[in-house]
Amino acid sequence: MELLIQIIVPIVTVAVLLLLGFTIGRARERRHFADLDSRELANREFVVTDLRTVPPGMEPQSARLVMGATVIASDYLKTFLSGFRMVFGGEMRSYSTMINRARREARLRMVESARQAGALAVINVRFETSTVSGTTGRNAAPMSEVLCYGTALLPAGP
Amino acid sequence: MIVVNTETIPGYEILEVKGLVQGNTIRAKHLGRDITASLKNLVGGELTQYTELLTESRRQAVDRMIQQAQELGANAVVNVRFTTSSIAAGAAELYAYGTAVTITGSSAKPVAGTSSAPPAAPPPPSSVG
Repeated sequence: MELLIQIIVPIVTVAVLLLLGFTIGRARERRHFADLDSRELANREFVVTDLRTVPPGMEPQSARLVMGATVIASDYLKTFLSGFRMVFGGEMRSYSTMINRARREARLRMVESARQAGALAVINVRFETSTVSGTTGRNAAPMSEVLCYGTALLPAGP
Repeated sequence: MIVVNTETIPGYEILEVKGLVQGNTIRAKHLGRDITASLKNLVGGELTQYTELLTESRRQAVDRMIQQAQELGANAVVNVRFTTSSIAAGAAELYAYGTAVTITGSSAKPVAGTSSAPPAAPPPPSSVG
């Protein structure tokens, strides 16, 4: 009996956590992607480039640094599935969507803060990704920070 | 104080390069944040508290960099770069660096960025071609 409990309890726990990742995690991800799509559509006309020079036709009078950042965590299902992927190798699609989400969010935050300042465009955009070390132990789930920064071109001096 | 990550500042002219300036900060997250983060790890998504923590820390690093630039008598920092590295489990270093320069407006009025006393020898605005 005691042995049975020792086996069943962890299995049930893992199953519940997986289900949690599968349902809530997925729903949240889908909602976030929909939100990203609509915000990107709203900012489609705004010029964002990683070129270092001012785009032709623009005559900015000043500039300032703008940035956007986000920290993202994977869900239990993704972490679990990645364990299998580590064995066989290949693309970890669940993680690439995760990082993609963070990158798009960081970029949008930068763009939104630039537009709030009345910028014409953002040039010299750089992305930086770093691992935020998560909980220790074998259940350490990946957490990443994405930073996006660039120079906003302003139409008037300060 | 104008801070940009391009080599030049649109609308201004760089008169003098003062040198490299930098600012850093190492932040540890506290236990309360760690607990919410581990819960968030089950369902995934953004860790808003960490985002705020790192954004705030990065601003501090930039402020330190700006302070150093002001001490050099500069009124702008160009070519700013950011790096982040984890020093130990639960601690991250945020580092910002750039080149302190003095600028003047090529079209507009000169920037009144440094409100403190000007450096010993302010550069003559007309001597640079």
